[in-house]
Amino acid sequence: MTAPDFPYDKAFAVELLTDMLRIRRFEEKAAELYGAQKIRGFLHLYVGEEAVAVGALHALSPGDAVVATYREHGHALVHGVPMNSIMAEMFGKREGCSRGRGGSMHLFDAATRFYGGNAIVAGGLPLAAGLALADKMQGKRRVTACFFGEGAMAEGAFHETMNLASLWQLPVLFCCENNLYAMGTALSRSESQTDLCVKAASFDVPTLKADGMDVIATLHAARSGAAHVRTTGGPFFIEFQTYRFRAHSMFDPELYRDKAEVESWKERGPIHTFSARLKALGLFSEEEFLRIDDRVMSEVDAAVNFAEAGTWEAPGDLLRDVLTPARTEEAS
Amino acid sequence: MKISYRDAMREAIREAMHSDPRVFLMGEDVGRYGGTYAVSKGLLAEFGDERIRDTPLSELGFVGVGIGAAVGGMRPIIEVMTVNFSLLALDQIVNTAASLRHMSGGQFSVPVVVRMATGAGRQLAAQHSHSLENWYAHIPGIRVLAPATVADARGMLRPALADPDPVIIFEHTQLYNSSEDLEGPVPVDIDSAAVRREGNHISLITYGGSLPKALAAADVLAEKGIAAEVVDLRVLRPLDTDTIAASVRKTHRAVVVDEGWRTGSLAAEVMAQIVEREFYELDAPPRRVCSAEVPVPYAKHLEYATLPQVETIVSTAWNVIGDR
Repeated sequence: MTAPDFPYDKAFAVELLTDMLRIRRFEEKAAELYGAQKIRGFLHLYVGEEAVAVGALHALSPGDAVVATYREHGHALVHGVPMNSIMAEMFGKREGCSRGRGGSMHLFDAATRFYGGNAIVAGGLPLAAGLALADKMQGKRRVTACFFGEGAMAEGAFHETMNLASLWQLPVLFCCENNLYAMGTALSRSESQTDLCVKAASFDVPTLKADGMDVIATLHAARSGAAHVRTTGGPFFIEFQTYRFRAHSMFDPELYRDKAEVESWKERGPIHTFSARLKALGLFSEEEFLRIDDRVMSEVDAAVNFAEAGTWEAPGDLLRDVLTPARTEEAS
Repeated sequence: MKISYRDAMREAIREAMHSDPRVFLMGEDVGRYGGTYAVSKGLLAEFGDERIRDTPLSELGFVGVGIGAAVGGMRPIIEVMTVNFSLLALDQIVNTAASLRHMSGGQFSVPVVVRMATGAGRQLAAQHSHSLENWYAHIPGIRVLAPATVADARGMLRPALADPDPVIIFEHTQLYNSSEDLEGPVPVDIDSAAVRREGNHISLITYGGSLPKALAAADVLAEKGIAAEVVDLRVLRPLDTDTIAASVRKTHRAVVVDEGWRTGSLAAEVMAQIVEREFYELDAPPRRVCSAEVPVPYAKHLEYATLPQVETIVSTAWNVIGDR
C-alpha cells in the first residue's frame, strides 16, 4: 500500500517510524536509569535527532561500516547492534557490547561493523577514512558512514581527514549532525564560516544539506550520498540540520539557549511529524502507533531486564584486552 | 657483509612488502623524496605509489588513517619524520590505537606499526632533537621498540608487523649510518632486553642511541680494571625487568643511561624497578645519566653538554663503584 506523493510502501514507512521510536524510548529509559544511578558516567541523549540516524543508516547496505560519536546509542540500535547488549554496556555489565569497558560513549560491535562510540571530538574521522582506505586497497566496494557533530568541523582532524579522503578518493560518507551547539557554544560563536557545506566543498568534496527533522529528507540525502560514494569510490558530505531536545549531557544546566527556541524545534519533532504525515496520507492510524509504541516499550523493558540480570566482570580480569593474547599468533 | 642501520631498515621493509600484500608504507616524503633519512629510498620505484604513499603534512590525519586501515585489515607501516612531530598525532595513537582493543571489549585490534626518528646529535635544535620514547612507554595498549643495532633494525619489523597490537619503533638518528656485518635477517624477538657486553662489576642499562656510548664507556672502564655489563633494553614497553634484575643481581651496581630528560624519565622507571625488585642486592645507590633539563640547543658545544656522553657515563659509573 502506498500513497500519492509518498513513494514508499507502508511496511517501510512503519519501519522508519519504529526505528525512531526505538531510539526515543531507549533514550528516555536511559535518562530514567541515570536518575536511578543504574547508568553512570557521561550520558549523551539523541532525543530530537532520531531522523538523522534512521534516515542515514537506512541508506547503507549490509557490510557497510559505521563510525559514530559519543552520542551514538541511536546509531548502534539502527545499525543492528542488539538493544540488550547496548543497555548491558551502559550498566557496565560483562554482557555489554564492549564488555563493560566502554559504557555509553564507547559502543562497539564487530559483527555489524560498528566502530564506536568515539569520544574525542572528530577523533573518529581519521579512523573512518582508514577503514575506507583498507576497503579501497582490498578492492571491497563498501561505504564507511562517519557521523560527527558540527563542533567537530573546527578540529584539525576534520580538515586533515577531508583533505586525505578527497586527495585519495576514499569511500566515506561524511554525516555532519548539525544540532547548532557544540556542547553550549553556538555555531555562530565558534565558526568563521557557518555554512558547513562551504567548508566541506573547499576540499573538493560534493555536498548536500538535509532537513534533519524529516526522516524522508535524511533518507533521500543519504541515499544520494551513498550512491555517489559507491559509484565513484570517493567521499561525500551531508549536513543534517537537526536539534537536540535535551541537555548536552546529564550535567548540562542549559544556560546557553532559550526555552522558546527548544520548544519551537520540538514542534518539528521527527516522530510526531512523520506519524502525522502517515496518518494524513491514510497509511496509518493512532491505534497502530500505540501498538508499535507498546512493542517498542516491551523491547526496552526486556533490555533493562537483560542488563539487570547481567554479570560483573571479575576484577581479576581487569587487564584483559589491553593487548591481544598469544601475541605470536598472527591476526587476520 | 657490512650493512648500515638505514639499509637494514629498508631491507626489512622490502621483505615485509614482498611477503605480505597487506603491508604498505606511508608518511611524509617516503616516496618521491626517498625518506627524510633515506630509509625508503628506491621503494617507490619498486612497489608503486599505492603501497608507498606520500602523505600531506598532517600527522594526526595520516597516522589516524593508518590506524583505521589497520583495523580494516591492512598492515600499514607509518613513518613519522621525528618524534617531535608525532606529538601532533598523539591523540590518535593514545586515544584510538592504544585504547581501541580494550574499550571495545577485545573486539577490535590495531595491527599498525609506527616508525619514527628520535634523538639529538645533529644540531637540529629544540624542535627536531628530543627523546620522548618514555611518553609512549607510559601507555598501556602499545608496544615500544628501540632497535639499537643493525641486527635489530633488520629483524624487529617482522615480529612488529605480526603483532596484532600497535607497535612504535624508535630509530635514533645517530644510528642510521652505523654498520655491522650481517648475513641476511637474524630472527629477533620483541620481548626481551639483551646483554650486549658481559661484566660483573657494574650494569650499564640503556637503549637506542645511547647504546654505542655505553659500550664505549665500558671500554674505558675496562682499561681501569672495571668489567661493566651493558644491557640494551630493546623493548621499552613492556620492559623486560627480569633481564635488568638478573644483571643487577650479578653486578650489584647500576647506572641507567637515557637520552630523555631526567625528570619522569624511562631511566627513573628502570631505577624504580631495580629498587623495588633488587634493593637488598645493591651495594650502592643506582644512578642516572640523562639529558640536561633544557630544550636541546643548537650550538654544537651546548648540544654536546646537554646529552649523555661517554665521559659522563664513565665518571658516574666510577662514582657508583667508589660508593661502598
